[in-house]
Amino acid sequence: MATMIQAIRMALHVGETRLGVTDIFGEDVGPPLGGVFTGTQGLTTAWNSPLDERGIVGMAIGLALAGKSPVAEIQFCDYAFNTIDLLKIAGNLHWQSAGDWNVPMVLMTPVGAGIRGSIYHSHSFDAQATRIPGWKIVMPSTPRDAYGLMLSAIKDPNPVMYLMPKALLRVKARPGEQLPGEPPDDKRLASMIDAPVGDRSAWKPQWPDLEELYIPIGEAAVVRPGTRVTVITYGRNVPMAVAAADDLAASGVDAEVIDLRSLYPIDWDTITASVKKTNRVLCVNEDTEVTNFGEHLIRKIVENLFYELHAPPKLLAGAHVPGIGLADNLEAASVPQKDTIRAAIAELAAHEP
Amino acid sequence: MMYKQGDGFFWIGGPGEEAFSVPLGLLVDKGEGVDHDYLHLHYRSSGTLLAMGADPIDSLRQMRNSVTDPYSKGRNFTSHFSIRAWNVVPVTSPIAVQFAIALGTAHAQRAGTGAKGITIVQGGDAGTAEGDFATALVWASRRGHELPLLMIVANNRYGISTPFAGQHAYDQIAERGKAFRIQTAVVDGNDPEASYTALKAAMDYVRTERKPYLVETMVSRLRGHSSASGANPADGEVDCLERFERVLEERKLLTRSQADQLRERYTNELLEAARRIRNEPHPAADTIWDHVFADKNLVGGDR
Repeated sequence: MATMIQAIRMALHVGETRLGVTDIFGEDVGPPLGGVFTGTQGLTTAWNSPLDERGIVGMAIGLALAGKSPVAEIQFCDYAFNTIDLLKIAGNLHWQSAGDWNVPMVLMTPVGAGIRGSIYHSHSFDAQATRIPGWKIVMPSTPRDAYGLMLSAIKDPNPVMYLMPKALLRVKARPGEQLPGEPPDDKRLASMIDAPVGDRSAWKPQWPDLEELYIPIGEAAVVRPGTRVTVITYGRNVPMAVAAADDLAASGVDAEVIDLRSLYPIDWDTITASVKKTNRVLCVNEDTEVTNFGEHLIRKIVENLFYELHAPPKLLAGAHVPGIGLADNLEAASVPQKDTIRAAIAELAAHEP
Repeated sequence: MMYKQGDGFFWIGGPGEEAFSVPLGLLVDKGEGVDHDYLHLHYRSSGTLLAMGADPIDSLRQMRNSVTDPYSKGRNFTSHFSIRAWNVVPVTSPIAVQFAIALGTAHAQRAGTGAKGITIVQGGDAGTAEGDFATALVWASRRGHELPLLMIVANNRYGISTPFAGQHAYDQIAERGKAFRIQTAVVDGNDPEASYTALKAAMDYVRTERKPYLVETMVSRLRGHSSASGANPADGEVDCLERFERVLEERKLLTRSQADQLRERYTNELLEAARRIRNEPHPAADTIWDHVFADKNLVGGDR
């Protein structure tokens, strides 16, 4: 079973061999390293860029305008903040030109906490990303979704931001979630596509015979059906929320967990159906809580589904502090954990109007 | 004049840059795709578009934010051109961002790709203080990865109100190219013949060598920064059109009365054009939702 980072690498391989991807680039993306998380090892169109994030985003926009199909990486989203006006330009060129140009680019970047990344390797980007109209924003929580969302992102004629939950990049797929065409033995897969340690100048990957799989952008997944509380989350918090809900099942609380997968466009059909069933909503994400994407979800839910609600919707998000500290206690206190998610679900479940 | 008559909210443009911008437009390999030249221009490039064959009535339409504005359908300021069929990438109001974006079209045309076109990027002197100008110098000149990029800096010695000496220690911006082993030239942008010759040499180099070239053109700013500063005639600036008329007179290629007749004819044509478009409709309010997302790949063809 592939890890998420292997799934991304295999999707990029399919992208460059079958879907017209011309350039996969960013800092340390090309050989010899193939990405600080190994996401671009062995790819034939991967190249190293100067250490200049504005150059990376500008290059991607220009390549897209020239009809190419670039996948650019910002090594950590913490370093994308100085590119925001260029991201706005990527998002507005189709609109600004009244439909004359489009910008078919993918920008991938690792986000979030969970690897003891300290102040500048733990930022989230979902609140910033969803503030930029004209972009589609996706964030997988499983290797299979990572694969299928990347293929959809590559095929999309619009700029797509692909947020990689860095704490999940090395997590293996669960049974039944394998990629179509990947070998069943993960040691065999690793020997085929993971670059060897040390000198790898003569190494070439052996790619499995993969089939294409498209997870539609704009489609959420109900990853744990339930009846009492709806948890809307994405990325790293999805497996946490499922585990928290499983814990609570013994005490009779049956929570439904929605993995949004696409932050924009938003799958309101799935959210609406779930809220009508459970009447209770918890939004969970790691970004700081003020002007948080979960606040937007809650505002729309309150406006559109007010009379369906049996409890005030709740947001569990990152603490509004300037950074995520390195010490375990500091990191755990800064972003949602399984225990805090479980407590929030239990509190909502117990609430009666 | 339209601005002062209330026929537009804002004016910005390129009076004073014509002697350089028109030769640029004449020299461009105009067309769509990597085998033609990409243009990442700035909001003083109207002379280039005119020389390429754009109808000035469309600039008036954009000035009036009419739905008939072919560049943005009433969404953007005037002189913010966009013509995909001619590789004219949408002009942006933030200065110098085009220097970062131009790298991508140039990369798509780099040596070895077989692409015949080059990428031309133009900005002003003040904008070179932005990091994106340095970004272009770095990325375009990497050894073994050089880009076919003609970088043009139109130096009118001002950034809105900030004089050149207020932000640059060097005498010429072109000096910065030398540290990156980029070929450079400084040209009198008020002289259309010198501009044409320098641009031709620079473009031939970029086209043949597939390497970058930096041209700094010394130009006038005849009506200040924009309508925000009044757009009144500036004192002490050379008017390149008047100067070129005198040159043509001295060479007996044009008489004074012929020059006056030309000016009168074009002035009347533009006045008539402004009258003709005065009643063209503005975009409907609900069109704000149009073109948020593309439903097909216009630039790449559907794959």
